[in-house]
Amino acid sequence: MIRLARGALRPLPLALVPLCVLATTAAAQQPADIDSLRREVAASRARLDDERRRLDELEAQLASLGPAPASSPAAQPPPAAQPPPAPPPPTSAAPTPTRLRLLDISLNGLFAAGASTASDDALALLEAGGHDPHQRGFTVQNVELSLLGAVDPYLKGEAHVVMQIDSSGETNVELEEAFLTTQTLPHGLQLKAGQYFTDFGRQNATHPHSWDFVNQPVIASRLLGGDGLRGPGARLSWLTPAPWYSELMLSVQNARGETAASFFGADGEPIAGHPREHPGVHAPDDMLVSARWLNSFTVTPHATLNLGASAAFGPNGSGNDASTRLAGADAFLKWTPANAQRGVPFVAWQTEIMARDFEAGAFVDETGVAHAAEELRDWGFVSQLTWGFRPRWAIGWRIDRAEGEDSDVLDASLDPLRDRRTRFSTALTFRPTEFSKLRFQHDFDHAPFLAGLPDESTDAHSLWIQWEFNLGAHGAHAF
Amino acid sequence: MNATSPLRGLAALLLCVSPAAAALRVVTTTTDLADVARAVGGDLVEVSSIASGTQDAHVIEARPSTMLVARKADLLVEVGMELEIGWLGPVVEGARNPHIAAGQPGRLDASATVRRLEVPGGTLDRSMGDVHALGNPHYWLDPWNVRVIATAIASRLGELDAANAARYRGNSADFEQRVDEAMFGAPLVAKLGGDALWQAASAGDVEAALASRRAADPSLPALGGWSAKLRPWRGARVLTYHRSWSYLLDRFGLQSAGEIEPKPGIPPTPGHLAELVASCRTPPVKAILVEPFYNDQAPRLVASQIGATVLRLPLSVGGDAAAKDWFALMDHVVGDLAAALGAPAP
Repeated sequence: MIRLARGALRPLPLALVPLCVLATTAAAQQPADIDSLRREVAASRARLDDERRRLDELEAQLASLGPAPASSPAAQPPPAAQPPPAPPPPTSAAPTPTRLRLLDISLNGLFAAGASTASDDALALLEAGGHDPHQRGFTVQNVELSLLGAVDPYLKGEAHVVMQIDSSGETNVELEEAFLTTQTLPHGLQLKAGQYFTDFGRQNATHPHSWDFVNQPVIASRLLGGDGLRGPGARLSWLTPAPWYSELMLSVQNARGETAASFFGADGEPIAGHPREHPGVHAPDDMLVSARWLNSFTVTPHATLNLGASAAFGPNGSGNDASTRLAGADAFLKWTPANAQRGVPFVAWQTEIMARDFEAGAFVDETGVAHAAEELRDWGFVSQLTWGFRPRWAIGWRIDRAEGEDSDVLDASLDPLRDRRTRFSTALTFRPTEFSKLRFQHDFDHAPFLAGLPDESTDAHSLWIQWEFNLGAHGAHAF
Repeated sequence: MNATSPLRGLAALLLCVSPAAAALRVVTTTTDLADVARAVGGDLVEVSSIASGTQDAHVIEARPSTMLVARKADLLVEVGMELEIGWLGPVVEGARNPHIAAGQPGRLDASATVRRLEVPGGTLDRSMGDVHALGNPHYWLDPWNVRVIATAIASRLGELDAANAARYRGNSADFEQRVDEAMFGAPLVAKLGGDALWQAASAGDVEAALASRRAADPSLPALGGWSAKLRPWRGARVLTYHRSWSYLLDRFGLQSAGEIEPKPGIPPTPGHLAELVASCRTPPVKAILVEPFYNDQAPRLVASQIGATVLRLPLSVGGDAAAKDWFALMDHVVGDLAAALGAPAP
């Protein structure tokens, strides 16, 4: 340490010269300051000389005490019992092991098993989320391979490849996300480009293994789609200079595909009986444009409140210039005391409300009946409270509500994706470590559309067991 | 000419208002690093810590407010060795502050020059619990390491603010002198110098290493400070909850009798506690060290069986009311530990 410090000291007087010149130039308007600067330089020189003298003394002392055998007259020959080998100098820190960190790889497996008073056919409609457990017995919800790392000094890259096994036993692989983010843009800006989850509310961009319940909110499945609202595109985010955390995000993505369910959607899939077509992209407004404003406030030193507002606009292909507007608001409040043991206790309350305005175009159906254009409105909310009551254990309650206004084409009460639905859920979660999880959940569903299925009650009780494992890189946790 | 001078004036004003004129903003992950940074930076820096002293630095939440603090940082100092692996990444990324990205001059990994313990060899996997591949990251209860951290911070501050480099170095030297005096006693430090004493301490027992000198020079002042306070119990066994105290035990020649946790990060099981009770009776363990954020039910159970004292001691500056700064923290920990160990064995 001493050698190093000495080496660092030598060029210093030289380094001081240009600095002093700079300082002097800066102060040129006030000649009175030159004297004080000169005094300061002199004082600095004196200090440096003192330092150097002190180092010399220390080195001399070190040499006198040091391991050099018999070179120092002061050293007594060591007693026979004392082994003479030199102790390592206290400065010898073990060399930092080098790690080449090119790619963080992890694999997450998320599975469920359950029983329900609802039949498999009914469950397939009730559990509209692409990663929800959707049948009696076992479901492979989400096996996710995540790869991330620094691309170069400017970019980070991240990809999530998801595998699922559907009810017929077929394995599906999908590219859930793959995007880069810039790391060095100035003024709090960040650009994200690739395939990614749209920032709409809090839940949408959350991966299934981070959910607090085994299934996703009903209203999210309806308005944002079973697999969440996502697609290829680019997003600019700005962390504003506001004194609180205030981030603005603006994104442009393709409006087509099953992951843009409220827009062009999957080719040919109708909404409320209105067929949709993808006429191709002709103008900028044929894209899905979304915006989010996220704010965070420190309510008490141990409680944080996030408030967000989101909107998404895009064409839906049900008629000429027919478009969809989504709007949402979300709140997240979390309390964790300062002496929490591994993050527990905590209390977290999360609420999202969202609405959709779907301009459905006029069309003539197969039987030759003409249907007029109409506005279809849907809305819903989800509110959940999670309480980490002892290390490794958490309990949560959730209420879900979703409904849609009637359509002239398809009666909302018969439409599993627009009917007035309510769900109450209770989940008990046990996390042995942060790499595994076991969850028990009860859902009560009230869904009048189920009356349309043979021998089905409009009420359903379901019990789920969910388990998760996580292999590989230690991921960091988003708040 | 007339048109450009107001512009020039504006430019000059903007340059003057830029952060270079203000104090350097240092953000540390823990309060201990913040305390050292304050001592070294003095009134030239503004220091804030992301974690508070009572928090477990393994599991801090990456709250947006922390990103806001990191956004304005000129220097981010981290404990390193994977202590903050679960949360620092999102904080830095969310802060949108390229100056504090890993590898930048504005980022300092304080562990780079410390003396590391428990660096595991061989093959590691998660069946062993929450193991740190780079070694035990709780290194700030070894005064030597804090001394090294002060040097590292002073040197980095000097790079970022070259005009004041000498002042940072001077402050660091003063701080290191205080550490040495608190560790070995001022008279002995005055006589031999801190570096020589640390050299002696690196062999283990300072007093033993000084034996020959003492024989030659009877006027050598007696060992003082924390070293003297804990010296009577060299070799005594201490039980700890987590391996947060390894550096303290190692520096003062105390021995670990094991941990309440069966594996790092894994809560105690009845079987493991029964084994501890059996193994801690002979030779008797007098003290059980518990961090402020762990439940002390299991330690109390073991303590009642073996007749030990449970010491719920702060692990970091601000961990309790007495631990106002790092010296007070060490005074507190060393004093309470010495008291709990009782009368030294004859």
